[in-house]
Amino acid sequence: MEDEISPKIKCENVWKVFGPTAEDIIKNWDQYKEMNKVERLAKTGCVVGTREASFQIQQGEIFCLMGLSGSGKSTLLRCINRLHEPTAGKVIIDGQDITALSGLDLRKVRREKMGMVFQHFALLPHRRLVANAGFGLEIQGVSKKECEKKAYEALELVGLKGWEKSYPFELSGGMQQRVGLARALATNPEILLMDEAFSALDPLIKRQMQDEFVKLIKKVKKTIVFVTHDLHEALRIANHIAIMKDGAIVQQGTPSQIVLKPAKGYVEEFVQDLPKTKFITAQDIMDSPDDWLLPIGSSLQEILGKMNEKNLRFSFLVDENGQIQETVDYFSVNSFVDSHQSVEDVPEGQLSPHYQLESVTSDTFLESLLSTAANTKVPIVVSDKQGKVQGIISRETILSSLQSA
Amino acid sequence: MDFPIRIPVGKWVETVVNWMTANFSTFFDSVKVVIEFVLVQLDTFFIWVPWPIAMLGLTVIGWLVGGRRLAFITGACLFCLGSLDLWEVGMSTLALVTTAVFISVLLGLPMGIFAAKSPKFDIILKPILDGMQTIPSFVYLIPAIMFFGIGNVPGIIATVVFAVPPMVRLTSLGIQQVDKEVVEAGIAFGCTPMQLLLKIQLPLAIPSIMTGVNQTVMMALSMVVVAAMIGAGGLGSKILYSIQRIDLGVGIEAGLGILFIAIVLDRILQGITKKQQDAIMQQK
Repeated sequence: MEDEISPKIKCENVWKVFGPTAEDIIKNWDQYKEMNKVERLAKTGCVVGTREASFQIQQGEIFCLMGLSGSGKSTLLRCINRLHEPTAGKVIIDGQDITALSGLDLRKVRREKMGMVFQHFALLPHRRLVANAGFGLEIQGVSKKECEKKAYEALELVGLKGWEKSYPFELSGGMQQRVGLARALATNPEILLMDEAFSALDPLIKRQMQDEFVKLIKKVKKTIVFVTHDLHEALRIANHIAIMKDGAIVQQGTPSQIVLKPAKGYVEEFVQDLPKTKFITAQDIMDSPDDWLLPIGSSLQEILGKMNEKNLRFSFLVDENGQIQETVDYFSVNSFVDSHQSVEDVPEGQLSPHYQLESVTSDTFLESLLSTAANTKVPIVVSDKQGKVQGIISRETILSSLQSA
Repeated sequence: MDFPIRIPVGKWVETVVNWMTANFSTFFDSVKVVIEFVLVQLDTFFIWVPWPIAMLGLTVIGWLVGGRRLAFITGACLFCLGSLDLWEVGMSTLALVTTAVFISVLLGLPMGIFAAKSPKFDIILKPILDGMQTIPSFVYLIPAIMFFGIGNVPGIIATVVFAVPPMVRLTSLGIQQVDKEVVEAGIAFGCTPMQLLLKIQLPLAIPSIMTGVNQTVMMALSMVVVAAMIGAGGLGSKILYSIQRIDLGVGIEAGLGILFIAIVLDRILQGITKKQQDAIMQQK
């Protein structure tokens, strides 16, 4: 049953229903499915926070729960550390069923495995930053000296060196959230739960914090569950995104999957205004290179034959390592085919005299592919670090991907 | 027209109180002994300290908790009290009020915490607190006398009954009003319920709790006259005397004396937690 690499966090069919007859709603969901929130509340006194939520998060991944307010994303996040007790379903962390833990064991997991960052920072206003950042350790009964040491380190990590003795109210919002982050990092947990961590910040600070955060987590290597209502933020930060609506996950996938193949309806609507060129990468649109490639030893006759067959203007000759040695232009081949046998007979550079080969890596964004394409008529080659061809992007492909975008 | 039914509540209560007086006298006596002991110690101490030293001491305390401004206020109020020739009775009242406030906080704080944590307890408690505050204090002076006899102790008990409700209410309110996210943060980082209370809920409820203490002090001071009716001493008895003789001068002076004590007591108590309160209020 278990996957080869067992996931760090796994949610299985998690429900959270608030209200007196929660169990009944889950059991007879079909009956309540069609009602809207207000009707359901009037009839049963219950509100469905999260329903049928299942997902897996791998070690080191940044998983984003995205949805508008009331979509149940924060509720689902709180089910992971049981700030909300899931009404049904299981949360499994490192193979351990969190939902089955006793109070004492749960506290241990909360203390040692998880850190949490809150939307409105949730700092202790009567404590200096160092005491705020060291809070998690203090709770664990760590000595005061050790607490302070770790707190200083954590504050330095988030760029607040020198502010240790200040009070939260003396800081700006962005700085306060850094303290929140430092507090979560000070206990060195494996998992970070972030509830709309940057939503309360003004746009410029928010952007800056996001960038710094991305840099920071590359250093500290945590598994992160990130809740946000901001699709741009999700796309910018996450490896994986789950989009939620009315308590349920409507689509999950990588950012480019969400942007390129949005699920019908809700997600589609959400994604439609995005500047897709910023999210689509070469990998997402490239074609298999097979049609364009010919072994370097081919005769001109063979080359011309294939180009005719596939209706190509350009093709590439590769060596046994899959690296491109020559670019050939149909018209040049055509003019040499009667007088020359093989490629080697033709003077160097004459097979494609006017055109420059452009090569990009697979993570190049469509945005920069556009300017690359503008500079050359030759299809763009996507190759890996060793120069091996992975795919080809023709101008037609770029244009059609723009059209769908 | 006659009302069809007459519920003899008065008789019932009388029976209960009589029964309690008869059967719980040991309990009431020990309560009385404890309160009297505390009160006498305080009273003797306050009166024993020569006024210049007391004034200096309190002024220094004022300076420590509230800087120059509070030092000045404290010094000025105490000087006025002395200049009205009310130092000794004033100190008696201070002892009385301090004892009553101390007992009120001791009872009110845990009750408030419990009320905040248990909605059931809160529902039961609310009407009782309302009753304690609205039924005229003279009414519960009677059982107080029956249980504790005449003197300072029933006065303090009656004062406590009157002064506890705001303490309970404001403690409970303060804890309930602590930012939900901060409480969540505490739980998320693995606080035990006790850690949550001591490290998050109580510290953040301090502004509200201190308002409760302030209200308790004010109520206790307003009760000193009533307490004087059953034999409690201090400024209250002066005022009682002035009412009986229609002596405006004595009454006004004693009234001002209570005011000065109120200011000193309240400002110093608030000053102790001022820094924390400011930090919390600014954050909001």
